[in-house]
Amino acid sequence: MFHRESGVFKTSYAADMALYPLPIAKWAVAAFAVLFIVVAPLTLGEYYISILNLCLIAVVGALGLNILVGYTGQISIGHGAFMSVGAYTAANLVTHLGAPFWITIPAGGLMAALIGALVGIPSLRIKGIYLAIATLAAQLIIEWTINHVPAISGGAQASIQVPRPTLFGVQLKSQVQLYFFLMGFVVLAIVGTANLVRSRIGRAFVAIRDQDIAAEIIGINIFRYKLWAFAISSFYAGVTGVLYTYYLGIANYEQFQLNVSIDYLAMVIIGGLGSILGSIFGAVFVTLLPILTRWFLEDYGWLFFSQSDLLNAIPNLRLIMFGGLIIFFLVVEPEGLNRLWRNIRNYFRVWPFSY
Amino acid sequence: MAPQPITPAADASNEILLAATGVSKRFGGVRAVEDVSIAVRRGEIASIIGPNGAGKTSLLNMISGFYRPDSGSITIEGVDTTRFRPAQIAALGIARTFQNIALFGGMTVLDNIMLGRHVRMKSGVLSSFIYWGLAQKEEVAHRERVEELIDFLELQDLRKQPTSALAYGLRKRVELARALALDPKLLLLDEPMGGMNQEEKEDMARYVIDVNEQWGTTIILIEHDMAVVMDISDRVAVLDRGRKIAEGTPAEVQRNPAVIRAYLGAGGEGRGQAA
Repeated sequence: MFHRESGVFKTSYAADMALYPLPIAKWAVAAFAVLFIVVAPLTLGEYYISILNLCLIAVVGALGLNILVGYTGQISIGHGAFMSVGAYTAANLVTHLGAPFWITIPAGGLMAALIGALVGIPSLRIKGIYLAIATLAAQLIIEWTINHVPAISGGAQASIQVPRPTLFGVQLKSQVQLYFFLMGFVVLAIVGTANLVRSRIGRAFVAIRDQDIAAEIIGINIFRYKLWAFAISSFYAGVTGVLYTYYLGIANYEQFQLNVSIDYLAMVIIGGLGSILGSIFGAVFVTLLPILTRWFLEDYGWLFFSQSDLLNAIPNLRLIMFGGLIIFFLVVEPEGLNRLWRNIRNYFRVWPFSY
Repeated sequence: MAPQPITPAADASNEILLAATGVSKRFGGVRAVEDVSIAVRRGEIASIIGPNGAGKTSLLNMISGFYRPDSGSITIEGVDTTRFRPAQIAALGIARTFQNIALFGGMTVLDNIMLGRHVRMKSGVLSSFIYWGLAQKEEVAHRERVEELIDFLELQDLRKQPTSALAYGLRKRVELARALALDPKLLLLDEPMGGMNQEEKEDMARYVIDVNEQWGTTIILIEHDMAVVMDISDRVAVLDRGRKIAEGTPAEVQRNPAVIRAYLGAGGEGRGQAA
């Protein structure tokens, strides 16, 4: 309905290879930009913006994990730990050196990338479920190390206070200010990922995923590119960790445990492997779902339970609904929310003449 | 980037491009290839034939770096490549196709062929991330070469199709395009016409000859269809049970009693397949 390819002619290869080959896409992006940069912060309250901020942080992490899992076909159950590497790197830089965010964020990312590449070394020899176990081991080792080395964790509580970042001399105290700050990184992450996957490096990643033997025969050094995938993906994770630390105001290893790794895997699987839009859908979905189910239970739970039962039941019911909805969406469309969206779009593309 | 003109065959006549000397490969107790020596001259179409299990694909796998020979050596343009990894061999300008097609199913035809140019491109992680500027310039330049190949192999209408959706014969053609995208000096074709009907075979044979004539690409061809092999090859080597039993021009090989025996059994006459 909104999406028409006919009548769009390209006269150069550059135009054909553009990020948005169709003019409608540019308008859609502009509309979204207005919605998220002008409308949302003006109309939503502080609490809702703080939820949006959580979504933004998750988008960065999900994009990174999708580069590894969706595009390169490797797996990592250690991304929570890579985030904590970023978080503690930044926290230590802030407390010891008073570093500003434009140092802590790249530094956190690079440190995570380094650790991630190390963890990726076994990927040369092992694949699939075996690699999953190797990265799981990394998750546990990193968690333990941070928790037990005071030089990293900053003492017995294993948590370090981190003040909000300062931009142009203004400390970002409100959620709306933080929202714009995070939005910048999300846009950077989205555009960067889109660029990466449409050029030489991204193609090599997909080649390794689809046919590693053929990838090698056309001259792709598989080991090097697998490590790159781990490093890039962990870089995103490290940045996510730093952003989350700024958001919380504290670096704490408990925020980056195994369940976080699994949440992020859930995001890329539910959203759609090997898709940027899917990463965004998945990140928003998995972040909002627990919050929405809680709202739902708080508002309508009395229909099914007595008030006293409800208080006990909410945490468990949330988990049940969370799991149930994930299963529901995966049964409806195993290829994820992105595919669901594409199906809808393709239906309207030829609407109303769908034959 | 314009097609890189490769020295025509006539200029470098008789220069050896690839030499395998006494290579052997054993898998457990099976002697897949035993003491085989072949030399391929620049600009020629050399075919390797032989019954099933003769060791043809094993030999090709050693040339392209998948297997390491147990003994013997392989040199390409005087460089000893015996211990090279496949990616290093590709960087020398050696491309190949597979007997049972190994395309990247999740990608479009265009991306598959663009991947063939991987070793000819340079963009690193950072410039890919930024894209505008260096990486874009490179992508567009290489797209031009890829479009030439798309025209050459008549794949224009399939550019944006995922390769997993293509018919068998077309996938073979896309695989050839991907191999050619490397601008190879040596092209290894493992049964490019396997499973094709007569018409598709003729098309493929035409492409192989065109590649050889237009760009002077040296080709090593494994093929079971004797009519095609005898028509388009400059020279033929015959393997049987891991050993080379004959070598020469198509006419010489067809008359060779050892070859006739290998194909038709003892006492057979030179009719039937080897027509």
